[in-house]
Amino acid sequence: MTGIAETGLGQRTRRWLAAWAWVVFAFLYVPIFVLVIFSFNASARVNIWGGFSFQWYGEALSNDVITSAIRVSLIVAAVSTAVSVVLGTAVALALDRYRFRGRRALDGTIYLPIVIPDITMAVMLLVFFAEAFKLIDSFGPRYTLGISTIAVSHIAFNISFVCVVVRARLDQFDRTLEEAARDLYATGWQTFRRVTLPLIMPGIAAGGLLALTLSLDDVVISAFVAGPGSTTLPVYVFSSIRRGVTPELNAISTLMLAASITLVLASLALQRRRASASQRA
Amino acid sequence: MQPAGGRPVNSGASGEEAAARAKRRQGVLLASPGALYLLIFFVVPLVLISVYSFATRTSTGRTALSGWNLESYRDIGDNVILGIIGRSAWLATLTTVLCIAVGYPFAYYLATRPRHVRAVLLVLVMIPFWTNGLVRVFAIRFLLGSNGPASALSESLGLGTFRILFTPTAVTIGMVYGFLTLMVLPLYVALERMDWSLTEAARDLYASGSKAFWKVTLPLTKSGIVAGSVLVFVPSFGSYVVPDILGGAKTLLIGSYIASQFRDARNYPLGAALSVLLILAMLLAVALNQRSGSGAEGGGRPRLRRRGRAGGEAETVTAAAS
Repeated sequence: MTGIAETGLGQRTRRWLAAWAWVVFAFLYVPIFVLVIFSFNASARVNIWGGFSFQWYGEALSNDVITSAIRVSLIVAAVSTAVSVVLGTAVALALDRYRFRGRRALDGTIYLPIVIPDITMAVMLLVFFAEAFKLIDSFGPRYTLGISTIAVSHIAFNISFVCVVVRARLDQFDRTLEEAARDLYATGWQTFRRVTLPLIMPGIAAGGLLALTLSLDDVVISAFVAGPGSTTLPVYVFSSIRRGVTPELNAISTLMLAASITLVLASLALQRRRASASQRA
Repeated sequence: MQPAGGRPVNSGASGEEAAARAKRRQGVLLASPGALYLLIFFVVPLVLISVYSFATRTSTGRTALSGWNLESYRDIGDNVILGIIGRSAWLATLTTVLCIAVGYPFAYYLATRPRHVRAVLLVLVMIPFWTNGLVRVFAIRFLLGSNGPASALSESLGLGTFRILFTPTAVTIGMVYGFLTLMVLPLYVALERMDWSLTEAARDLYASGSKAFWKVTLPLTKSGIVAGSVLVFVPSFGSYVVPDILGGAKTLLIGSYIASQFRDARNYPLGAALSVLLILAMLLAVALNQRSGSGAEGGGRPRLRRRGRAGGEAETVTAAAS
């Protein structure tokens, strides 16, 4: 890769760059496409094409373990997104607007769940729940790992992600709009409800979509805090892959892929609206 | 926003002071639910894992929270464990370097397209970026499997089957595949904000194309390279899913090793000590990045508030964990 510069970029270098770009795109997309194509393979042998079929989708969706895992995943994603959007947005507002004791500590801590590796977060929470249950059990009630511990763990990392995204939005916020509302005798609540909230809504929505995506994606943390009989879909897929590749797994993966892509398109549409809104402003 | 209690009554203090106090209280009210949640479900677990790292493993594989000692940290000095750490660091470095080598020309190409083409290409980059990570690793597993499509293709071409799965090569391919977009996005941001008239000036002063690149473009996009390197290195080093699916027993990395201490080996203190080490290493990497980042931006700005250029970076960072 020599001789590149915007001006006088050599003809040959430019061609190489373009070719390289398409090689990289192929690298990014070919594995996914192959996976999707083979999920429609009628043959039970994974490497031989035996004609088009929806057979594996049918089998996957009639498997009780899989449908229950899908249900757990959706419930956890919905609950953790809802809670983390509210808590994360409130923290973002507090950090952006207010000075209070402990602000700096909170500001530093909020980034940690984003930075530390999944596996350490997973074992931290595993140990935490073990100790917490020991403590609670001594008072009577018996709790075990399950859907609620998964949801609690997902909220623990999602708050931070929502907070960061909303804060990025608050950073570009035009404070004079709030001052104008105040000058026109709007109360604090009215100003928030009618001015602040609508303006940061795209940030909140983007944070929510990110939380939803991360919750549906998470496998490591869920694998450690899931209980017997309550796993999420990624955890099921993860443990199945270890036992070997089956056409059924291709079908489930394709469904997960479709869910991811829907979320990407939603967030892109959101960005476009955000961009056109800021152009109007 | 008013706190539920309404305005505080002016109790002797001047109105301004009361207003300031009310505002502080509003801040605390807003922050406390999230902060409390973080305290219970993040800070306490973090402290707990540190405490565990000094605990004793009993002969039955349980953890005795007594007889505090540094045994687990001493165990890390064991050759087997040092080998695992070394291998993890080496594979993470290799992944980072490969991501720069693959990603830089790619980002360069993207950033120098006309605006409307750029928008489309960026969407094509964002799709894998947001796509379920596990599914993408599985796609590589499926493709490279000994009876998978890649092997079938090479067989039908008369090249014979290949066995690449369960080797460090497969793990590296999987990590580059998984984390490449984390490198491309900051590089793209840096290159897109690049002031190309500077390269032009270098060319006008008779610098060769390659000299202009190495002396002007590359140094000016250093912040993107550093940010991308941290974003790739951090998850690669601690990766658990990729080596577990694509690597064999020969590719045991620190992430899988920690996991096994909490599952089969039941040596919680050792796993806890390694986790603490991993967290400290990650914090160090991020701190170094912040320092070099603010250095490149002219220093003077406070650390966590430098989000002017970081609209994109914040979103990139948020994706780091996915």
